[in-house]
Amino acid sequence: MISFLARRLGQAVIVMLVVTALSFVMFRFLGDPLVAILGVDSTEAQRQALRADLGLDRPFALQFLSYLGNIVQGDFGISYRLGRSVEAVLIERLPATVELAVSGMLIAIVIGVPAGVYTALNRRRFVSRVLLSISLFGISLPSFFMGVLLIWVFTVKLGWLPSFGRGATVDLGWWSTGLLSISGLKALIMPALTLAVFQIAMIMRLVRAEMLEVVRTDFIRFARARGLPARAVHYRHALRNTLIPVITIIGLQLGSIIAFAVITEAVFQWPGLGLLFLQSVAAADVTMMSAYLILIAALFVTINLCVDTLYLIIDPRLRGRSKNARS
Amino acid sequence: MAGEQQALEAMRPTSGLLARLRRSDLLYDFTRDPTAMAAAVILLVFAIAGLAPQLVAPYQAFDLTQIRLQDAFLPPVWLDGGDPRFLLGTDDQGRDMISAIIFGARVSLFVGLAGVLLALLIGVSLGLIAGFVGGWVDTITMRIADIQLTFPAILIAVIVDGISRAAFGQADRDRAAVFVLILAIGLSGWVQYARPVRGATMVERNREYVAAATLMGIRTWRILIKHILPNVLTSVLVIGTIHLAVAVILEATLSFVGLGVPPTEPSLGTLIRIGNGFLFSGEWWIAVLPGCALVILVLSINLLGDFLRDALNPRLK
Repeated sequence: MISFLARRLGQAVIVMLVVTALSFVMFRFLGDPLVAILGVDSTEAQRQALRADLGLDRPFALQFLSYLGNIVQGDFGISYRLGRSVEAVLIERLPATVELAVSGMLIAIVIGVPAGVYTALNRRRFVSRVLLSISLFGISLPSFFMGVLLIWVFTVKLGWLPSFGRGATVDLGWWSTGLLSISGLKALIMPALTLAVFQIAMIMRLVRAEMLEVVRTDFIRFARARGLPARAVHYRHALRNTLIPVITIIGLQLGSIIAFAVITEAVFQWPGLGLLFLQSVAAADVTMMSAYLILIAALFVTINLCVDTLYLIIDPRLRGRSKNARS
Repeated sequence: MAGEQQALEAMRPTSGLLARLRRSDLLYDFTRDPTAMAAAVILLVFAIAGLAPQLVAPYQAFDLTQIRLQDAFLPPVWLDGGDPRFLLGTDDQGRDMISAIIFGARVSLFVGLAGVLLALLIGVSLGLIAGFVGGWVDTITMRIADIQLTFPAILIAVIVDGISRAAFGQADRDRAAVFVLILAIGLSGWVQYARPVRGATMVERNREYVAAATLMGIRTWRILIKHILPNVLTSVLVIGTIHLAVAVILEATLSFVGLGVPPTEPSLGTLIRIGNGFLFSGEWWIAVLPGCALVILVLSINLLGDFLRDALNPRLK
């Protein structure tokens, strides 16, 4: 088990190195950092001085090492666009995105898993067919257009919910939360729903497919033959065995939900990381882009690692297998 | 009778795409699936409108000489103040919405198709090579695929766009916008082709017919294209159809957030972006109608993709 985790950790480190190298190359070769910092009408002498100051005259590998060193210490440089240190801006924007992504995911799980179980167990029922059609619609509905429709109905027509921003936030140390005020919660509803729609459809279809596979197996037939109540068979035997792929996907989706948040945040002007990233891309703010890239990569790698570890805890068979693989 | 039938069957041309299609189950399944047929009809309409918008669209939506500002903000005919000349109303510049949607769908479909083709080309060739050659080529390709798979397509597309923005200037980028989009879709989608093709190639590589071809001295690239590729093409077709839906959404999303095609040559996403600015002043149709067209388009592609997946998968029979 430890060797399995160590191997995964090694892979994670390699991925991080590759992504960091990529964003370094981007940072170093896209646009001229000297011009970006000093402005177009700076003199050659000024540029030379800054070049030496920033260490840009050193060999390439050395530059990468010091870039790496800075990042490990949490120093991502200065944003070209905002003129502030990148890590401070990122930390300031982080809570908004995390609250949005987590509430979107929760909505998706709470609706998607039961809907998937229901449609798998009652395949031929009319309600199941309707739910499946809706899920196909959910996959075909671009999330940004979902946001536009929500704003049209609930802000323009009904005037119930705000169309942009986070509402009032409460500061808890460095974390500013919108979950503790009425206006914050109201502002959260539409963005979280927009984010959840695609995930609901996906989780539902996945749970359904997995349930259908498991229900067909012999041990379910055997459990039925033993006279266990249907509830116990469905939830204790069947659902539990579908959880592995479901947890994988949900875990991996948490990353993609943060990426999708880029779009949702743009639609609702939600002041999170995604909106920041889009604005940085539009302004070609390379330092901010590389920092966001590294941050997202770190997030994905961490999530993958957690999912792998969860596997080992949930499924005892895997522990045996990794031992066998070694011998 | 039966013998005669067989004789007739044997006389039919065995090769040729049409003949093969006529004998296949695919056409039979298709004629018995009203959903798939409806989806195909809708897609056909979109395709015709995309190929010849000048013939189908009532107005040349983006011809500046035809725009009349006094026609701006007309609602669809079924609302008060609608004008029968413009069935779905007009936008802020007096452009007919039907024509705008037709021209927009054309750009959306073109970018989506080209992006899918690029992804398919990269993915299938890398998959074939990695699966056939094996060794370090395989390892490196699949590692890259693994790393890329951890990033969602939308993020990769945004990054490609950001890099193009930093590399070119704003003016050059606008001109190259369509190609940047195609590149973004292609680069973010190749992995989903490369993995199954590699897997299938590794299986096919050990079959006798490949060994026979190798012994006959046929070159590797020829074996890959003429002998192995046809065997993996079915799954590629299914992935491609579903990917097209994703690609169209991706293009629309990028255009909506302002990273896609510029308003001078708008796609459906750009139209929704433009209309979004008029949502609050009550002109909802400028944003909502192109959005509905987009949803119908993507839904049809998805339905057809679902049908193909079920029809071409022998395990589900």
